[in-house]
Amino acid sequence: MLQIDRWKRILIIGLCVLGLAYAMPNLFYKRVETHNDAVIAVERSGGAATAEQEAAMALWPNWLPSSLVNLGLDLRGGAHLLAEVQVDQVYKARMDGMWPDLRQALSDKRATIGSIRRVSSPDGTLAIEIENADQMQVAVEAARSLSVPVTTLTGAGQDDLTVTASGNTLTVQLSDAEKAVTDDRTIQQSLEIVRRRVDEVGTREPTIMRQGQDRILIQVPGIGSAAELKALIGTTAKLTFNPVIGTGTNPNANPGIGNVILPSQEQPGLFYTLEETPVVTGEELTNAVPSTDQNGQPSVDFRFNPSGARKFGEYTTANIGQPFAIVLDNEVISAPVIRQAITAGSGQISGSMDFESANRLAVLLRAGALPAELTFLEERTIGPELGQDSIDAGRLASVVATIAVICYIVASYGLFGVFASIAVVVNVILILAVMSIMGATLTLPGIAGIVLTVGTAVDANVIIYERIREELRAGKRVVRAIDNGFKEAMSAIIDANVTTFIAALVMFFLGSGPVKGFAVTLTIGIVTSVFTAIYLTRLLIILWIDLRKPKELVL
Amino acid sequence: MAFRLKLVPDNTNYNFFRWQWLTFGISALAMAASLVLVLVMGLNFGVDFKGGTTIRTESPTAFEVGEYREVLDGLDLGDVSITEVFDPTFGADKHVAMIRIGATNETGSVTPEELTRIEDALRAVDPQVTFPAVESIGPKVSAELIWTAVQAVGAATIGILFYIWIRFEWQFAIGAVVALVHDVLLTVGVFALFQFKFDLSTIAALLTILGYSVNDTVVVFDRLRENLIKFKSMPLIDVMNLTVNETLSRTIMTAVTTAIALTALLILGGDVIRGFVFAMLWGVFVGCYSTIYVAKNIVLWIGVKRDWSKKDPKDDPSSPFKGAEQP
Repeated sequence: MLQIDRWKRILIIGLCVLGLAYAMPNLFYKRVETHNDAVIAVERSGGAATAEQEAAMALWPNWLPSSLVNLGLDLRGGAHLLAEVQVDQVYKARMDGMWPDLRQALSDKRATIGSIRRVSSPDGTLAIEIENADQMQVAVEAARSLSVPVTTLTGAGQDDLTVTASGNTLTVQLSDAEKAVTDDRTIQQSLEIVRRRVDEVGTREPTIMRQGQDRILIQVPGIGSAAELKALIGTTAKLTFNPVIGTGTNPNANPGIGNVILPSQEQPGLFYTLEETPVVTGEELTNAVPSTDQNGQPSVDFRFNPSGARKFGEYTTANIGQPFAIVLDNEVISAPVIRQAITAGSGQISGSMDFESANRLAVLLRAGALPAELTFLEERTIGPELGQDSIDAGRLASVVATIAVICYIVASYGLFGVFASIAVVVNVILILAVMSIMGATLTLPGIAGIVLTVGTAVDANVIIYERIREELRAGKRVVRAIDNGFKEAMSAIIDANVTTFIAALVMFFLGSGPVKGFAVTLTIGIVTSVFTAIYLTRLLIILWIDLRKPKELVL
Repeated sequence: MAFRLKLVPDNTNYNFFRWQWLTFGISALAMAASLVLVLVMGLNFGVDFKGGTTIRTESPTAFEVGEYREVLDGLDLGDVSITEVFDPTFGADKHVAMIRIGATNETGSVTPEELTRIEDALRAVDPQVTFPAVESIGPKVSAELIWTAVQAVGAATIGILFYIWIRFEWQFAIGAVVALVHDVLLTVGVFALFQFKFDLSTIAALLTILGYSVNDTVVVFDRLRENLIKFKSMPLIDVMNLTVNETLSRTIMTAVTTAIALTALLILGGDVIRGFVFAMLWGVFVGCYSTIYVAKNIVLWIGVKRDWSKKDPKDDPSSPFKGAEQP
């Protein structure tokens, strides 16, 4: 028991040294961070470094470990948003987009089913009345012919549409399988677009991840406020080009089925009645850049992809002389009259905007439209100063706690207390090292977790030492007593740590926010503290025995 | 003889069961009182669980809570509460307040317009005021957060129960879990009594208390099992007394080191995590008490199998901990 193979000794000490090496960059946080940022920037730009970047990179030698503990928002400052994606909106858009095709398919059967008419129905469904109710079966089949099988991972052979009939009304909506697939795609797309929009402002390492069924968690360090972040990602920038039916001043007038009334951005009080189904949408844009129009006013030039260009060309060819509305986020930016067919697939948006807003609009259009609106369920802003205060307070508290605990242990156990203290300090270093390597996030409750680990890390040593004391009291010789102490204490240490570990794991998997941050350090702390309390302390004691060959031990 | 600080003498022989009815009565009473407190006074839920917005304000000049209240009342925001935060770590030029506004809409968080109105109104009274932290949670999420918090505490309890049942016996598992419930309930009771803010951090603290309390109990149980094998014919109550006396020194030692570390954090860690640290510190004391006075009593009353010699996991070659015990 009280012998450790040489290779094990080297392994134990090696792990501690490695831990020290990996924890060390955190002592020089700012320098290493600047260095890391520069390295990433250089990599992105393809290897060419500016003089400034060279200087930043020189702050930290490349051969040293440079991973850092990721500071949480509560320590660094930044904004946190939890957004819910309104997936239902996509169902509506899909169904509205379907209407022209369905109308075509049903018109082909007009001879049998009679005249058809779209009637109002809940969002996400299409309801059509047909004249000859007894020929419903034909209509249902015509509608079904439009559906395609859903491709899912499970490969269940469901169709994407559910067509039902009651009386003379035919209802079409997305099938449950298709809804699930659509939801997934909507979230993926939203994630991608949010990521691109956040990246455009270039803050460091934002966390953008899916949470649960229809939510997106966005954490951006270093941004001034959640409101700012919301403005950046929350703007839908949904651009559509819709046929104009008429204009008026009453926002509450009945637009008729399949039409909407939208306000004009330029002229307050003016409302346009538009066909709800757009000719082309912003999703078919390939590029958008700020420019100036023929009057020297700020505007945005855009270009469509081939299918968008084709649709745009066909529509403009057929509707020369008609007004055509450019709609952004449910406001009509402008409604120019089509003077000639635009077949080249490019166009220009001009309206009342300054250069800054033209630039922003171009960014938003380029990043693409969010497929559905985001609702913000939770937002947190932590100012950088509060974060710095918290770090300072946490650091001071940790140092004081460590020193106080060390004093107490040394007073209680003398030299063995020193060994335990070394184990505690190494333990904290190892926690930081593991967190750095894993890229785990340190939060304020996480600091509390470290401090608590300092308090409980000694527990394993206390269990061992109390056992040794008992053995000594029972008259055992020193080496024998120490040996027995370690052996007997082991099952208690393991049981005690496994139970705490269970609690920590539960916190990690079920918890969110502070609970999770705390669980991270607690979990890592349990593992490292067992290592330091058992292996490191024992190695130190063995080295001491080898050196001193003690005849007696006061503990 | 070198100097050694010993809070517990070498050989103690306290009869921990002499007052078992009194101590257990006190525990039962305290648990009942906690329940009543929670039901009658309710918990002071933070925005995490209640929904709404908290705004932290900081200003170099002193302010009147009344002044703040007056301007905010003018905005017609509904349920507004303002508390001034005092902290020994603040400098003389730091005046902090927490403003809490009840949830105003059905699902989402505060609207930017509302926030701007509030900030502008406060700036009008105190031009130097800053807003270092704003948190806003919609009622939809807060309801879910409560639910996951309950799940977390429940799952941890069940996990621990299961582990102890496997490692020891079901009587021990019941004893440990009753001690756990005791600790958690008493902590929640204190939060209700003093109306401390109860939020996600508090849940993290509760879970830590859970871990700590079980840790403590398990160490005693482990020794109890060992003694049950060693002293086969000694009455259960005496074996327990012996066990607690043997482990008392360790129990106190660990509680004190943990308390030292937490006290440092309580005083110096800043006001942001004070509630959290307080809960843990309180949990250390309650956990220590429940180890000695609650967990064992339950095991004593249920009774326990005395012949451990065959099922001792140390002798069981299939024990997963076999290797760990002989590293």
